[in-house]
Amino acid sequence: MRLKTQKRLNQPIWLEIAIPVGGLVMAFLVSGVFLTAMGVSPMEAYREMYYSAFGDSYGLSECMVKAIPLAMAAIAVTLSFKMLIWNIGAEGQIFMGAIAAAAAARYFPSDNHVLMLFSMGSLAILAGGLWAAFAGYLKARWNVNEIITTLMMNYIAIHLMDYFVYGPWRDPASLGFPMTAPFPQSARLMEMGWGRVHSGIILAAILIFMAWWVFKMTRWGYEIRVIGENPKAATFAGIDYVKNVVVVMFISGAIAGLAGMTEVAGLQGRLQHGFSGGFGYTAIIVAWLSRLNPIAIALVAFLMGGLLVGGESLQIVMGLPIASTLVVQGCILFFILAGEFFRRYRIVIAKEDV
Amino acid sequence: MKRHKVAAALALSLAVLVAGSAIAAMKMIPMQDIKTGFIYIGPVGDGGYTYMHDQGRTYMHEQNPDLPKSVIVENVPEGPDAARVTETLVRRGANVIFGNSFGYMDFMLDVAKRYPDVYFMHCSGYKTAPNMGTYFGRMYQPRYLSGIVAGAMTKSNILGYVAAQPIPEVIRGINAFTLGARSVNPNVTVKVIWLFSWFDPGKEKEAAKALIDAGADVIGMHADSGAAPQACEEAGVYVIGYNNDMSQFAPTKHLTAPIWNWGAVYDYTVKQVSQGVWQPDQIWWGLKENMVGLAPFSEAVPKSLVETVESRKKAIVSGEWDVFWGPIWDQNGELKVKDNEKMSDGEMLGMDWFVQGVEASIPK
Repeated sequence: MRLKTQKRLNQPIWLEIAIPVGGLVMAFLVSGVFLTAMGVSPMEAYREMYYSAFGDSYGLSECMVKAIPLAMAAIAVTLSFKMLIWNIGAEGQIFMGAIAAAAAARYFPSDNHVLMLFSMGSLAILAGGLWAAFAGYLKARWNVNEIITTLMMNYIAIHLMDYFVYGPWRDPASLGFPMTAPFPQSARLMEMGWGRVHSGIILAAILIFMAWWVFKMTRWGYEIRVIGENPKAATFAGIDYVKNVVVVMFISGAIAGLAGMTEVAGLQGRLQHGFSGGFGYTAIIVAWLSRLNPIAIALVAFLMGGLLVGGESLQIVMGLPIASTLVVQGCILFFILAGEFFRRYRIVIAKEDV
Repeated sequence: MKRHKVAAALALSLAVLVAGSAIAAMKMIPMQDIKTGFIYIGPVGDGGYTYMHDQGRTYMHEQNPDLPKSVIVENVPEGPDAARVTETLVRRGANVIFGNSFGYMDFMLDVAKRYPDVYFMHCSGYKTAPNMGTYFGRMYQPRYLSGIVAGAMTKSNILGYVAAQPIPEVIRGINAFTLGARSVNPNVTVKVIWLFSWFDPGKEKEAAKALIDAGADVIGMHADSGAAPQACEEAGVYVIGYNNDMSQFAPTKHLTAPIWNWGAVYDYTVKQVSQGVWQPDQIWWGLKENMVGLAPFSEAVPKSLVETVESRKKAIVSGEWDVFWGPIWDQNGELKVKDNEKMSDGEMLGMDWFVQGVEASIPK
């Protein structure tokens, strides 16, 4: 008997549900073995993780706090992924947005809340957008691999921020510590009266809706997909490839830049070394798990927030080392992503062939 | 970015102390009801900075057998996550919370304001609240002592220094090391390589190698891994470790190391809390309180040199002398501390210049 894989022609509804659920079950089984070996009850550990993230209003609010930048950055990369342009640079674009927002707060301070946030947002859009559009232009014009350029530009952006927080923007009151002075109150996003959730949630919701609308309802959204599926055919059909790639990358980077701005203006209140914690990379996983569906992104980003928030409880309540958190989180992500394979292929028993 | 001792102006700390004593003491918690929570910047297994904090936590438990098991959270980044970890610790019952890195400061303070009955202790920061104190150590004292060893052992009269970040805490250490070395060997110069990172084994190793190539034959360090000592062992060059005894990384070349004994302050804090006499102080302890010390000397260090170090240590512990006593000149030959004068804590905490003998510049 031999097993072989066969591509599925379509994905029935039950499969769409069974795959993530099955992946989760597998992840719980495998990390359960590991947790048992560490001397704790897996059921208790999972219950604690669940409770910490979703068990009360505070946990839920913290999941939401994580979900805001994740969802925005996931929308950003989704836009380019739809076109089969691999923008791996959301992290760098987040940093550029944050730098720009801090620059606005520093050089054009205003007591007017609306005006201040408007200038921060506009600069963040420009900075993140141009950062990504540059890589987009290289790709469209000279076919320079955008995976490499966007990834490498992440490091440049991160170091650029370090330059500012170590150098000219360093808060004199911090006497050496690499961070800017706190933003004025007018440059902070409003709190929503629910834990640390800030008004970035509104922005995220609008972006999710807009992305859904663009892909579902507009001609341009259709063009993006056509270009992605077949650039040559698109060009023959009269779609301007170069222009579309650059525009899509600009918007993608602009959204990531906004995510960076909401993170510093909403949570941090200042620019500080290493503020992002890799949202730009996690967002790629979120986008992928959501199958580039904007509505799904909202849900997946929230669940991903739960995974990050709940992981801490393994240390705080169960007394396990950080490595165990990473193993459990890694298992869950691995099995859910691995499930994608079974969504697209089925395993069949091959007839004996000679 | 972590845990820099950042300068609070002396006047400010005095004001805080005065204000602190005016505030009614917080509610006493009996030892068996104290639940300590520790927020760590690195993993316990980093073999350096966080490892030594965790050793201190273990010491606290040894000294206080009635103290219930503590909770630790490792690898907590210095960003908004720190606020959630702190808050979750409180919500899960912790009532005395320690954070071991500078960047937690604002986030801990935020949570502290919302939970006035919970005790907070923040390592290396300068902001306090009625229920939040700070703690750090006078690492410059054992660094000076280790500098004496380096200055006496060098043949090339060039010392190297692998330095994490250009901030006052690190600068103070380099200056103390240099003053120690030149106190026994006035011809010594110290070369510095900045890492711009606290924990980066790859860079630490490269920096040590570069210093050795530049002629340094004893390497000092302010970084969190054992990579620089390893490089020194491979190159056959003496090394002064940091954080803890790093002789395991350089079995034949490790001379000694300025080390942390965080247990002193952890033990002290839970005792103060259990006696109802805790105050939101800004603790800056040195050799005298055993908050910092020196790792055992290797056999390569001659007896007479050990005696020199011991006698100098005695002077510091007794308080009759300290490292930054004049006359001290800066790199340009300008007299910074006058003869027989002592630098104030505030000046030390904000130190942003090198003493004579350091061949490096501070990135601005």
